Amino acid sequence: METPLTARIRPDGWPAIEEYRRSGGYEAVREAVKEMTPSEVTEAVEASNLKGRGGAGFPTGQKWSFVPMGDDAPRPKYLVCNADEMEPGTFKDRHLLEGDPHGLVEAMIVSAYALQAEVGYIFLRWAYKTARERLEQAIAEAWNAGFLGRDILGSGWSFDLQVHGSAGRYICGEETALLNALEGRRPTPRSKPPFPQVSGLFGQPTIVQNVETLYNVPHIVVRGPEWFKGLSHTDEGGTKLYGASGKVKRPGLWELPLGTPLRELLYEHAGGLRDGYAFRGCLPGGASTDFLVEEHLDVKLDFASVSEVGSRLGTGTIVVLDDRTCPVGLCANLEHFFARESCGWCTPCRDGLPWTAKLLDALERGEGRPGDLERLERHCTFLGPGMTFCALAPGAVEPLQSALRHFRDDFEAHIEHSRCTFAGGA
Amino acid sequence: MLDATLRARIDKHLGEYPTKRAACIDALMIVQEHYRWVSDEHLREVAAMLEMSAEELDGVASFYNLIYRKPVGEHVILVCDSVSCWLTGYEAVLARLKERLGVDYGQTTEDGRYTLLPMCCLGDCDHAPVMMIGEELHRDLDPDRVDAVLAAHGGS
Repeated sequence: METPLTARIRPDGWPAIEEYRRSGGYEAVREAVKEMTPSEVTEAVEASNLKGRGGAGFPTGQKWSFVPMGDDAPRPKYLVCNADEMEPGTFKDRHLLEGDPHGLVEAMIVSAYALQAEVGYIFLRWAYKTARERLEQAIAEAWNAGFLGRDILGSGWSFDLQVHGSAGRYICGEETALLNALEGRRPTPRSKPPFPQVSGLFGQPTIVQNVETLYNVPHIVVRGPEWFKGLSHTDEGGTKLYGASGKVKRPGLWELPLGTPLRELLYEHAGGLRDGYAFRGCLPGGASTDFLVEEHLDVKLDFASVSEVGSRLGTGTIVVLDDRTCPVGLCANLEHFFARESCGWCTPCRDGLPWTAKLLDALERGEGRPGDLERLERHCTFLGPGMTFCALAPGAVEPLQSALRHFRDDFEAHIEHSRCTFAGGA
Repeated sequence: MLDATLRARIDKHLGEYPTKRAACIDALMIVQEHYRWVSDEHLREVAAMLEMSAEELDGVASFYNLIYRKPVGEHVILVCDSVSCWLTGYEAVLARLKERLGVDYGQTTEDGRYTLLPMCCLGDCDHAPVMMIGEELHRDLDPDRVDAVLAAHGGS
């Protein structure tokens, strides 16, 4: 089985430019810039069926096709890598950034060539100190080798790339909030339209792309879209960096064909639950995805299949709930997180999320009252899609609405017995 | 007044973006790395360099959880309180930290060495629970590991 995303990652250290090039690194830059037109690169990405790995699963090539091209296109255009990984339970981008920083630099160059972007920023969270150091060194090495800067490989096209270190806050991972952050503004989300592809950073055409998504691009350019589609178990192309955390025997990350069944990920790779614990459910792709439970164990973990059963693949890093952990307590933890990270711009999110957190706390303290579950359900409706300015609150209620459905008995027992029925906590 | 070398370092960042204000996080971080936090006086000086009003810059600075507008200790301890750490023993880790340091979230130890703050997911969930002390990541924590880490760090 091929693992293009992680093949260069070793247990210690990271490949500097000589080692990276010995394993075929920067061949994609040469291939794209010397042998392909920008639109041929975008067409290859479209044909590969690559879908965005940041959580939304939007087709990458289609997104690129909205960027104005040609001599009349506004200049400069921007390519921004969203390396602000902060979705609870998600730890895949850190692994790529620390293990293979040149992989991202090359991916940014090839993608920027397709878009004819002149400037690139890697929007990196503060906590990823090791990644920052390595990325900056990789960028300097790529400059010295002539892969960045003016007139790259004699093409007449120039590209400048730098790391932007951020200063916290989950909402900065929302693409329009991220653009405000980069402009030095208060990072609240922007209304869409206009979409960033047309009017983004500093009002210019901009593509914002997740780390893992970008890592796929050089491989598509060198090996071709058909090869890429062949990596997957479904018609969505490529491999996926899956992860598992919670009380499993072997928490970790694995690069597997897209569409790997949940059962295989949980039991073969993560080793199943720790001794004495049983599976109750999992968040398939970070905190803002609906729970999957026992009946979903044979679901293929690709964007379309997970949507069919009412959840989202999200980031593909599962968070496992065991039978000795209180689902109400887990929801309380999640809603406190979302309430704290709400930017406060729109009222439903700013006021609704703290309300859900307080209701869940009350249930945990044994102070739940009849009607509380219906109140929580109403919040799930009124904080849902279309009711708020951005996707934070709709994401926040996904685990809650599904927990209310799948773990209803536990919620009711908290009210009936006036206590947490899992006393002893997690 | 800001140190002249700090002003020079901030100046260098002003040309990295199409507008000066876009360098505001870099500028605030330079101030913070030197003084540990950003005082009103320093905020006003930085705002002038960025051609922003102090109020506007404070609106940005106070939004971020890692820009400190109040004094903090020598080392800030950021404890991940997100779901994977919560599932694997965050509460016991936090209880031990509070006990050993004698502080709650948002407080600084009497000797000024540590400030304790909550942090959202640190992206190291297969080694949960985790925390950062300054810029160092500490993983696979339990109460005993907390004691060992604090002892190795010089304690409080």
